[in-house]
Amino acid sequence: MIRQNEKDAVKRLSKAIEAAVSGPVRIMEVCGTHTMSIFRHGIRSLLPGKIELVSGPGCPVCVTSQEDIDRMIALSSLKDVTVATFGDLVRVPGSGKSLAQARAEGADVQIVYSPSDALDMALKNRHKKVVFLGVGFETTAPTVAATLLQARAAKTDNFFVYSCHKLMPPALDALFEHTDAKVDGLICPGHVSTIIGASAYEPIVRRFGLPCVVAGFEPLDILTAILLLVRQHSKGEARVENCYERAVSQKGNERARALMYKVFEPKGARWRGLGEIDESGLSIRDEFSNLDAEKRFEIKTCESEEPKGCMCGQIIRAEATPPDCPLFGKRCTPATPVGPCMVSSEGTCSAYFRYGNHA
Amino acid sequence: MCLAVPMEVIETRGSEDDFLDPPVAVVEAQGTRATVRLDIVDRMPGPGDYVIVHAGFAIHTLSKEEAEKSLELFDEMAERA
Repeated sequence: MIRQNEKDAVKRLSKAIEAAVSGPVRIMEVCGTHTMSIFRHGIRSLLPGKIELVSGPGCPVCVTSQEDIDRMIALSSLKDVTVATFGDLVRVPGSGKSLAQARAEGADVQIVYSPSDALDMALKNRHKKVVFLGVGFETTAPTVAATLLQARAAKTDNFFVYSCHKLMPPALDALFEHTDAKVDGLICPGHVSTIIGASAYEPIVRRFGLPCVVAGFEPLDILTAILLLVRQHSKGEARVENCYERAVSQKGNERARALMYKVFEPKGARWRGLGEIDESGLSIRDEFSNLDAEKRFEIKTCESEEPKGCMCGQIIRAEATPPDCPLFGKRCTPATPVGPCMVSSEGTCSAYFRYGNHA
Repeated sequence: MCLAVPMEVIETRGSEDDFLDPPVAVVEAQGTRATVRLDIVDRMPGPGDYVIVHAGFAIHTLSKEEAEKSLELFDEMAERA
């Protein structure tokens, strides 16, 4: 229920944005949850035509490489293995099949809400080898780290993690360094920033002269962020501002980061759409190698191949929008997804399809 | 997917830094109750505090005042030239 004073605040913010905008402004919302919120609340309809919103690389399932998707599916077909995963991954097409198809063929694929549910599953089914698929950014990685520490304390021998965790700042760096992504400001992710802190965007401001504003997920949070970005852009300024102070401090959550780095170490990682990026992934440290699915299982896959004609890569790089893709809404729909951006609830294609392509 | 709504802490159990039996909080928002882990939260919450929850773990504690402050902030931003 939207309260009257919130409606008034929306009107005031829209007017203030209208007053602040001078030329065209292209703003990237980095996080998939922001993308969904922008569509669900019709934020675009509240903005002047000069403001364009584009989605960034912040949907974890969408940026998972085809090789990793294939390896996860291969894991699910190993004897006595139960794959435990967040729901978004299940229908992502691999080069051959998806986890959902593997499940239909007899693989044990379980959807969990939390990595700790996957560990509980392992503790209750000691004859099964439970592999949790670790997909997510700095928000999710500490929850998996805490679960691995618990697994080690419990001396579990049937719980493993396949880590595809990724770090956001190196991906943003790569995006603006190596691609043609042209934007005038960033709406920085809310809960990634809760962990890494608002100060984590200072290097991006310095290197690329990009205004960065950390925002929450409510419509008022997003409108406020857009207002602050437009004001910076109009004045030719670039700095980090935080309009999500109730959840994000300057330094972030040091306790969560300490746990994360106790269990994981940075390594190069492959991103869909962005390729190999140095130090942008998290692998499980050697002292936890008995819990590392990568080291405990022999995972065999065929050559991975991204779906033909799928433009998820360009969409992740903000070089295209879903309607530019020849498959969008035709061969590729939420019922018959071709690429991950149509599968994930945070995917740009899924958002465009569900809420109409009023971009 | 991130959950935007902070959840109110009803009670907490367990102690910090016990990996085998990690501390938890019973939390509630919009009539839904859940138990969430407190191993990675920035500051241990108490009853009446609010937490932001991700994948079954509290990741940030905020006081009731902080949780309610945001609306005033939005107004302040709109008015500032």
